Amino acid sequence: MKPSLQREQPPERGRVEDHPQRAATFESAAAGAPLPPHTAALRKAASSKVQRAKNTLGSPHPDDDQLDYEALFERAGYDFGLSRRSFVKTLGAGLLIAVSLPALGQESGSRGRGDFFGSGARTLGARIHLGAKGSITVFAGKVEGGQGARTELSQAAAEELRVPVSRIQMVLADTGAVPNDGMTAGSRTSPGTVPSVRQGAAAARELLITFASHQWQTRRAEVQMLNGKVTEIDGKRSLTYADLAKSDDAPKLFAQAIPSDVELTSVADWKVLGKPAPRPNARDIVTGAHQYPSDIVRPGMLYGKILRPPAYGATLTDIDLAPARAMHGVAVVRDDQFVGVAAPNTSTAENALAAIAKTAKWSAPQQQPSSTELFDYLRQHAEEGLENPFAEEIAGTKVLRRNYDVPYIQHSPLEPRAAVAEWSENHLTIWTGSQNPFGSRRELAQAFHVSEDRVRVAIPDFGAAFGGKHTAECAVEAARLAQGAGKPVSLRWTREEEFTWAYFRPAAAIEAEASLDSRGRIASWHFININSGPNAVDTPYAIEKAHCRFVRSKPPLRHGSYRALASTANNFAREVFMDELAVLAGTDPLDFRLTHLENERLRAVLVKAAEAFNWRKNVKRADGNTGFGLACGTEKGSCVAACAEVEIDHAQKTIKVRRVCEAFECGAVLNPENLRFQIQGAILMGLGAALREEIQFADGRILNASFGKYRVPRFDDVPDLDIQLVGRPDLPSAGAGETPIIAIAPAIANAVFHATGQSVRALPVRLM
Amino acid sequence: MDASVSFVLNGMPQTVVTDSDRSLLEVLREDLHLTGTKYGCGEGQCRACTVLVGGKCVPSCLTSIGDVAGMDVVTIEGIAGAWDLHPVQEAFLAEGAFQCGYCTAGMIMGVVGVLKKNPAASETDVLAELQKHICRCGSYAKYLKAVRGVLAKNT
Repeated sequence: MKPSLQREQPPERGRVEDHPQRAATFESAAAGAPLPPHTAALRKAASSKVQRAKNTLGSPHPDDDQLDYEALFERAGYDFGLSRRSFVKTLGAGLLIAVSLPALGQESGSRGRGDFFGSGARTLGARIHLGAKGSITVFAGKVEGGQGARTELSQAAAEELRVPVSRIQMVLADTGAVPNDGMTAGSRTSPGTVPSVRQGAAAARELLITFASHQWQTRRAEVQMLNGKVTEIDGKRSLTYADLAKSDDAPKLFAQAIPSDVELTSVADWKVLGKPAPRPNARDIVTGAHQYPSDIVRPGMLYGKILRPPAYGATLTDIDLAPARAMHGVAVVRDDQFVGVAAPNTSTAENALAAIAKTAKWSAPQQQPSSTELFDYLRQHAEEGLENPFAEEIAGTKVLRRNYDVPYIQHSPLEPRAAVAEWSENHLTIWTGSQNPFGSRRELAQAFHVSEDRVRVAIPDFGAAFGGKHTAECAVEAARLAQGAGKPVSLRWTREEEFTWAYFRPAAAIEAEASLDSRGRIASWHFININSGPNAVDTPYAIEKAHCRFVRSKPPLRHGSYRALASTANNFAREVFMDELAVLAGTDPLDFRLTHLENERLRAVLVKAAEAFNWRKNVKRADGNTGFGLACGTEKGSCVAACAEVEIDHAQKTIKVRRVCEAFECGAVLNPENLRFQIQGAILMGLGAALREEIQFADGRILNASFGKYRVPRFDDVPDLDIQLVGRPDLPSAGAGETPIIAIAPAIANAVFHATGQSVRALPVRLM
Repeated sequence: MDASVSFVLNGMPQTVVTDSDRSLLEVLREDLHLTGTKYGCGEGQCRACTVLVGGKCVPSCLTSIGDVAGMDVVTIEGIAGAWDLHPVQEAFLAEGAFQCGYCTAGMIMGVVGVLKKNPAASETDVLAELQKHICRCGSYAKYLKAVRGVLAKNT
């Protein structure tokens, strides 16, 4: 992604020398330490940046399909301070569930683009700050939730600046300090923000070279750049980034836009990128010193609890707040349907909440579907017809028709939503775990009817998200409590709240119908995703008559994005359907796919996975207790294929995944260790969704809102893992946090299918 | 009812005056500002909150502060030496064995606890304990490598 440079505003940063303190301040914020009290100057700098950021919302971008990320989730819709009526969609009241997002995957207007892509760094100084004593601080709007952004962005800057990674101070995701690089979603850090950071760093490097050649009155060709230093070829004189920072021209130079034509280091010459690098704050993780959002403490801070309705759709009709108000040190806040307490510690807050919850009277919730009738409900409420346009042509040929059901699941990151809110003179500062710092700022500003320049959102490295933390509901709740209490408030959702009130991965009802021609090739293909989204709904196989589409329905639960969005559901259904078609055609599943695959990149990973797994030899070993399956797919500019071996215990009705071989290709690899890690994590997460994960609900209540009832993968689930990276240094780097998840569930399902002969029609996979 | 509870925390005597029913996790985090121990579920299912009490791994979310009176309590903040990390911390650091890292302190305490109980513990022993832990990022394979690194140095 290129920053829109033409909208550059006059620089507002002062002399470069002024910056070190500021940079240090923001670094500590991004690393998780609380911000010091705001100085007027700090506030001014932050607010002017905010105003500039607004200007580019709405700039068109070619990758509009990525907007699904912004459009898919439903915000809580908190609205404080104006009309009572506007409060109907709150989480606290639970009415939200009936209100589905109007334009799933199609939200138009500037909001989505602004949130998703951001506006980038308007000046070189907004991206990189050089300290007069040699510090190098890089600013980026991405967040670190375990996916490796902090490491890879540091590597990107170090590569172009020609310095070791340890020289880079990386400030992430503080809206008062960093450029708006968009949401951390859609696997966009690698293809978008890494190049932006490289561009800025390369521009700074070129400035130093130019600076030196002017100083020495030599030609650029007669100086060399090594280890953060420009040296004359004859080695007599040298200059550093600190010298550049101290020069009179520095403020002006860093106030310039980052040139779009600056030369980036070619992949063949990479010395820092393309290699493993430790996470810069790794030591703080193993010592427990790193402060996650739930660890932030502010002076005088209280701990909050929110009153939740007993079921989705129940509204509060009466409550007596007196019992909580009578408790020492407890602040009680009621704003229509919003009721919460804040107390000096969590137990006191829980006791206070329990005391008033006993007095609460709720309207009976409206009747709502339960998980046992979910898929019929979604099909009945499909907003468009589901008919196959090839229906007449396929009469008389070999035809297969299947329905697939993919349930709601929860991201359940190990750190539930958490936020600390602090007001001072109508300015709000938030520390929270979110993938969407600038979107959170807007959500907060809207909820409290303040301008965005009065809200600052800082995102310390936090305890994971997997697509599940795009919204700011917890931060808004904390801010409302803090406003009422007149003190900073930390609100940490419980695991049960996270399971119940966070948005879910959408459930999908999928309909597939295909016909084979006389040679056993697919003649027509009809594939519809009802409710969960359009991602990977198109088939990657070469089929002349293909009709694939996404149809909205009426989701009974609040849903949003998930790792790889709907492609987990669509890829599962398509790849399982492919295996059934292969059986119908009398062909091996690998050959059947290769017959239909023209996409060379996808073919390459499929062949690689099959070879490494020894597919052709293994499939002959299959029996009723052991099965082998494979699947592939492409999404977000990368390609994946997985082979799985399962062992089935028919008596216990259990499926054990013994072995997984996954091949993955995402262009030039930025950090192979981190990439393998992301793939491992995606395989495990996909395995959980394949075998067990499923939200059960009835009468507006989640029935398995705990790790005791909703089992996620543990140590004994880990299969033998063989990860094959397919190198394509000639291609631009694509992100890798998502796509590696999309092949694992269908590979497991196909292995079960081939072992048992029973076709798999739903996730999680269950034995008959 | 507030009570005075005395125990040994990371090698130092500690007294808190508080409701003795409050969880050890909450008191560690909110009163004593030791936030390395994490809340993950509140039901002992994820073990992000693992600490050692009397040398044994316990989920601090299910342990009341009253229960640790007179006991020896060790948290993630208390295992490193003055200059060096604990060997288990070293191994996890060397392996880069975490993604978001939120479960890491609990995992490390789990391994430390098993080895404290039995310095000659096998991989099976360690995994039996770690089976109680959840890493939602799915870093298990790397954690296993880190554990093997610890055990290899142990023999």
